[in-house]
Amino acid sequence: MSKDKFDYYIEGEKNKYEVIIGLEVHAQVSSNSKLFSGSATKFGAEPNSQVSLIDSAFPGMLPVINKECINQAIRTGLGLNAKINNNSVFDRKNYFYADLPQGYQISQYKNPIVGEGKVLLDMPYGSKEIGIERLHLEQDAGKSIHDMDPTSTYVDLNRSGIALMEIVSKPDLRSPDEVNAYIKKLRTIMRYLGTCDGNMQEGSLRADVNVSVRKVGDKKLGTRCEIKNVNSIKFMQMAIEYESNRQVEMLDEGKKIDQETRLFDTKKNETRSMRSKEDAHDYRYFPDPDLLPLKIEQKLIDDLKKTLPELPDNKKERFINDYGLNSYEANVLVSEKDISDYYEEVAKLSDKKLAATWMMGDLFAMLNDKGLNISNSPISAKNFAELVRSIKSGEISGRIAKEVFEIMVESGENPKKIIETKGMKQQSDPKELEKIINEILTKNKDKVDQYKSGKEKLFGFFVGQVMKQSGGKANPQLTNEILKKLLKG
Amino acid sequence: MSIDKDKIKHISKLARISIDSKKSDLLAKDLTSIFKFIEQLNELNTDKVEPLSSILNTPLRSREDKIDDGKIREKILKNSPKNNEEFFVVPKVIE
Amino acid sequence: MSEIIKKDLSEIIELIKKKEIKSEELTNLYIDKVNKSKKLNSYITTCFENAIQKAKEFDRKPNINSLLPGIPLAVKDLFCTDGFKTTAGSKMLKNFIPKYESTITENLWKEGAILLGKLNCDEYAMGSSNETSYFGNVINPIAENTVPGGSSGGSASALAANLTPATIGTDTGGSIRQPASFTGTVGLKPTYGLCSRWGIVAFASSLDQAGPMTKSVKDCSIMLEAMAGFDKKDSTSIEKKKENYSKNLKTDIKGLKIGIPKEYRVENMPKEIDELWNKGKNILKDLGADIIDISLPHTKYALPTYYIVAPAEASSNLARYDGVKYGYRSSKGNDLIEMYENTRSEGFGDEVKRRILIGTYVLSSGYYDAYYLKAQKVRQLIKKDFDENFGKVDAILTPSTPSSAFKIGEKTNDPISMYLNDIFTVPVNLAGLPAISVPAGLDKKGYPLGLQLIGKTLDEQNILNVAYAFEKNCNFKNEIKNWWL
Repeated sequence: MSKDKFDYYIEGEKNKYEVIIGLEVHAQVSSNSKLFSGSATKFGAEPNSQVSLIDSAFPGMLPVINKECINQAIRTGLGLNAKINNNSVFDRKNYFYADLPQGYQISQYKNPIVGEGKVLLDMPYGSKEIGIERLHLEQDAGKSIHDMDPTSTYVDLNRSGIALMEIVSKPDLRSPDEVNAYIKKLRTIMRYLGTCDGNMQEGSLRADVNVSVRKVGDKKLGTRCEIKNVNSIKFMQMAIEYESNRQVEMLDEGKKIDQETRLFDTKKNETRSMRSKEDAHDYRYFPDPDLLPLKIEQKLIDDLKKTLPELPDNKKERFINDYGLNSYEANVLVSEKDISDYYEEVAKLSDKKLAATWMMGDLFAMLNDKGLNISNSPISAKNFAELVRSIKSGEISGRIAKEVFEIMVESGENPKKIIETKGMKQQSDPKELEKIINEILTKNKDKVDQYKSGKEKLFGFFVGQVMKQSGGKANPQLTNEILKKLLKG
Repeated sequence: MSIDKDKIKHISKLARISIDSKKSDLLAKDLTSIFKFIEQLNELNTDKVEPLSSILNTPLRSREDKIDDGKIREKILKNSPKNNEEFFVVPKVIE
Repeated sequence: MSEIIKKDLSEIIELIKKKEIKSEELTNLYIDKVNKSKKLNSYITTCFENAIQKAKEFDRKPNINSLLPGIPLAVKDLFCTDGFKTTAGSKMLKNFIPKYESTITENLWKEGAILLGKLNCDEYAMGSSNETSYFGNVINPIAENTVPGGSSGGSASALAANLTPATIGTDTGGSIRQPASFTGTVGLKPTYGLCSRWGIVAFASSLDQAGPMTKSVKDCSIMLEAMAGFDKKDSTSIEKKKENYSKNLKTDIKGLKIGIPKEYRVENMPKEIDELWNKGKNILKDLGADIIDISLPHTKYALPTYYIVAPAEASSNLARYDGVKYGYRSSKGNDLIEMYENTRSEGFGDEVKRRILIGTYVLSSGYYDAYYLKAQKVRQLIKKDFDENFGKVDAILTPSTPSSAFKIGEKTNDPISMYLNDIFTVPVNLAGLPAISVPAGLDKKGYPLGLQLIGKTLDEQNILNVAYAFEKNCNFKNEIKNWWL
């Protein structure tokens, strides 16, 4: 559904409103060990098996920062076209909860590692720039499990201490669709960089959504409410719709919006206020005295920049300008680094446009069907390129190519071999084709007469017969040409 | 600044320490005199002074991204007042 | 035989090396005296079985090349010792047995020392008289009913009473130096970052330092050598080459410049303290040092600064004591929040609660700038005072404490008067500098008083030398009669 104009507004009883959205995305850093301890970070491990004395805050434990987590944050900042701060500070955010063993979270408050940046969204109504306010590193908390026992909560600290990047956007988003595009873009960039796997089901990516509304034309921002910990894009969109409508209703009734934190109830599809509001936000931030200020040398930033892979925006431009793909095709093929890598390999060895078509059609359909990622594709990029070449050269017809494709999926074999062995080469010799066509026409004289007297539909019948006779190998274009010629005469 | 019982109540809630009424009176008195003492600092003009960010002049040291810890569940849970073999167990938060 | 435990650590080490005494014998001597000295209440936990076993192991295969060969030592109950209770003087950790060893104690055991027991201290190191411990007051062996100082009161008391040949404490605002002064012993707080904080129950992270407490300066240098060293598990640990403090100890201090800060001459300073300070000045002068008057203009603001910074950090460091992972958990409470509130109310003593509340307050919304940020700025000024003067002098001489040991209960009703005990020691922690307290004389009551030498960053050797020279020429004798036996 393509729209040329942005049109997400809310018609209240009295006024038309626009929705202002800011996102705080929490992305788990891809690293072997945690931010301040040497415990593993793999998802799905036995409860409390990836927990060290530091993670569980035993007396006398001290944090030591993981070099790779710093690098990952810098890489992400570079991918967001953001300023990397040479000096940053780790602060303690103090509050009490069962899955926060220290009684504080090590985070960054006034001096984050990354400053302002931007992300480009591809919307149907044009390209839109979303500002990034900052990115900082912080510890993740553990997990509290409330539903395994009626009176107790079970606490698993595996996740406690894993490095998170908190990416704060400017309040530049204006619709659930833009939120969808933004999250997907962030995810793609981080997956390209290898800094976060973006797996929302495993909790690698979560967001707090800040929503406010204002009358169209107003310059001042309205009071915002924060919806915490939404862990799927669909829920984010639903939460935004509900919340913005709620606020519009209140404003049109002359009521004031309270600035508060809310939760999205996924069963009732509505947001509700979090009960314990008082003192909830006095985190008493202060610089962590167990850590010194973080200094990042310009050399490190430059070195990391040199080793960054080509990012989706640049790759997309190159696909359009150099490869002749259209915007839609380019978008799809850069959406995942694995896909673009595969495509690049195929495109190097065959027709770029045809390769794109066949990848987006048959290959993706097959992978989808089998629930596979392109990295697990039964058809290698090299072989796929060969197939595309065979089609382009006319060696096989498109129809036959589909058969060859199926065989390649099952056997993983090289298409040339399959074509040879099964004799699937396209019959493109006009003389041979004429022979076959004449045979068909002779055999079906009555139908020829009918065709000549006006039953044009029978053309398809003749084509079908030629295909049948040739075992599907007749070159369809030539067949059409020759048939037409012979039927005229 | 004078610290009254209300302030004590507020702060002790933040610090998750329950203070009974009698103790609260005494604490209010103690804290008031302590705060009077520490407010001597207001005699100094520190507008142009940088806060001490750390005693040491060296930058933060980092470590390699190696897995060299964890896998000590028994050790981790052994000291807890209440646990089963896999989790820490605490009373539920009443939402 | 019991005369042996009256000797200095260095002498005892020689006896072990010369095989004139076995480790097991030595250990039993201490065990015997400790068992007879329960009145002093300096030990919380004794580790005698383990000590004898380790002593026997040492005797079977003695390694005399280590710094502390077969020497039994008790340590402040703030150091986590693997398999042995570590209580921090608190009900909160009264049954806590860590499964890990602090870096500092590990360093001692690596040098051949043996764990004798865990020494009493003010709860979570918060106090100046060892009257806040859950395990009861510690008595100063110099006289009945007197405080040993704090927070390393148990350490100082045990040391002075010869219940351990040497020991270690921690110093956040004076907790090694002040009890050293009160008990007539030597106590050193190293440069911040010289000794690792890993495995020490944290009080105030930017101020805490572990340090040796001994009967002589030479002993102190041996202990420091065994303790100090870079620890990669502590991000605030300094990377530097190890020094041979004891080997390099010398008494020649000719030409050394000793600063006398005028601001330490406080209002109503007892005459005896002033006289002792003068005595110290003169001894050093006679040894060839230059005495120079200096000014540390922000001295009087050190104590208020300390009582903002230390409680703030403590309020955060003690948040982990919530009854979830280890330690005490209240049986009262219908939900998580009530469990927290009751656990922390029942598990912490009054002084700890007071400081947590102060700390929470000075960090809280609306007050951070006026208190915590302000304190960090003043801290910068205090550090600058020292930095500027260390361009002119090599060490600074001051009294260690504004009085000698007071009576139990004398200051417990007024927190401020208790805090004033640390008036001379606190500036040093704020600046992260090394300082040593050496016993210098007795007051009218016959109670010991100490003098403090403050040094430049990482200049421990220098202040040890000055202290060594002073000690040799001061001829202080601790007059402790075993009245409690």
